Amino acid sequence: MHYKLDIDTNIENILNDVGESIDAKEVAYEVSMGKRDFLRSAAAVGGLAIAPGVLLYQTASAKPAAQAVSGKQRWGMLINTNICQEDCDACVTACNEEHGLWDLGRPQTDAQWIRKLNVKDKQTGHVTSLPMMCQHCEHPPCVDVCPTGASFKREDGIVLVNAHTCIGCRYCMMACPYKARSFIHESLEDQLPHAPRGKGTVESCTLCVHKVDRGDNNTACAEACAKDGHNALLFGDLNDPNSEISKQLEKHGGVQIRADLDLNTGVRYQGL
Amino acid sequence: MRELLVKYLSYLLLVITLTFCAIGISIVFADGPADIPAPKQKYNEETLCVEPVEVMRKQHFEFVLEHRDKTVIDGIRTKKHSLNECINCHITANAQGEFARYSDETHFCASCHQFAAVNIDCFQCHADRPEEAIRKAMNPNQTVDHESQKINNYLELSHSESQ
Repeated sequence: MHYKLDIDTNIENILNDVGESIDAKEVAYEVSMGKRDFLRSAAAVGGLAIAPGVLLYQTASAKPAAQAVSGKQRWGMLINTNICQEDCDACVTACNEEHGLWDLGRPQTDAQWIRKLNVKDKQTGHVTSLPMMCQHCEHPPCVDVCPTGASFKREDGIVLVNAHTCIGCRYCMMACPYKARSFIHESLEDQLPHAPRGKGTVESCTLCVHKVDRGDNNTACAEACAKDGHNALLFGDLNDPNSEISKQLEKHGGVQIRADLDLNTGVRYQGL
Repeated sequence: MRELLVKYLSYLLLVITLTFCAIGISIVFADGPADIPAPKQKYNEETLCVEPVEVMRKQHFEFVLEHRDKTVIDGIRTKKHSLNECINCHITANAQGEFARYSDETHFCASCHQFAAVNIDCFQCHADRPEEAIRKAMNPNQTVDHESQKINNYLELSHSESQ
């Protein structure tokens, strides 16, 4: 339904454009039909011509809301650590803002969906800065150990916690080689509608699943990085050979952190 | 004497049971139950609810429960039966522009749940107001409450022990 509405809106816009350009001729038509009627018939013609194009665009960017996610996509992220700035944490701030996470002044227990790491090579003194978050593994250890099935991998490769079945045992936090998960220790208020979170459950990066389902085709962190002019984070579909992320990976490659674990992570790094 | 007491008590029990049944029936079958606080809602003749009112009154949780798994697991984001959409439509601002929280009895969900003595935990995690209201109320400098204090104490203790 949603999908159809978008097309209608587009037609409405086109219709307005047509309306402006034919103002001069309008008088003649007004004899036989009202302005609205004329515009409606113009819309019908315009709609036919534009509909296939609009449809193509729509399917490329967003799945219809009623359609379940499929394994055709595998969402992932490519992080270029050569571009990532040491003193910048725009991705972290954006993530916190997007999901309504705020710190309670207690770094040991505060929620951390994405964090910045600075890694120094002792031999050369070179410092590499990189964001670290859930790596959205193809074979996630957190899913392996979860006793209730709350930790799961969605068909499109996004690893999530189903808080409805999470019992807060934190095995997944122990199993995760990336320390990507946080536990909520206290009662919360004012959670955002798209990011429900509550005491006694584990949470982590959702790869902005609400944005992905909406068809934004980007995450809050990547958007923030691009806004600051760094463009170190690239979100995309790893299964689509024509996506920017796949092209970049094919051309320049990208490594997994702890590749030895054979987890086939969805988040890849360049410059490590 | 004892027999009389038992008889009297059983009559009393019957009367109480019947009274509660009557209340229950009036909740389920009455068009507009007079005893239940009137909820604030956008619902009217034109913008009907997603299901008939009688159906929603009895089964809304079943719809939400089914939709929940579809959304979390399959990424189906249709608006019908979505909890967020219930909130967006039913939770409206009062004359002062304030939105009721679930802890207030004027909150649409709470108004009935409190009356019917129903305990739910949806709103421990989920938003009980539309996003605009929450963004306004959000307080990044949340004060340290009792619970936080307990965690602070624990962390300080384990920190000093490790030293």
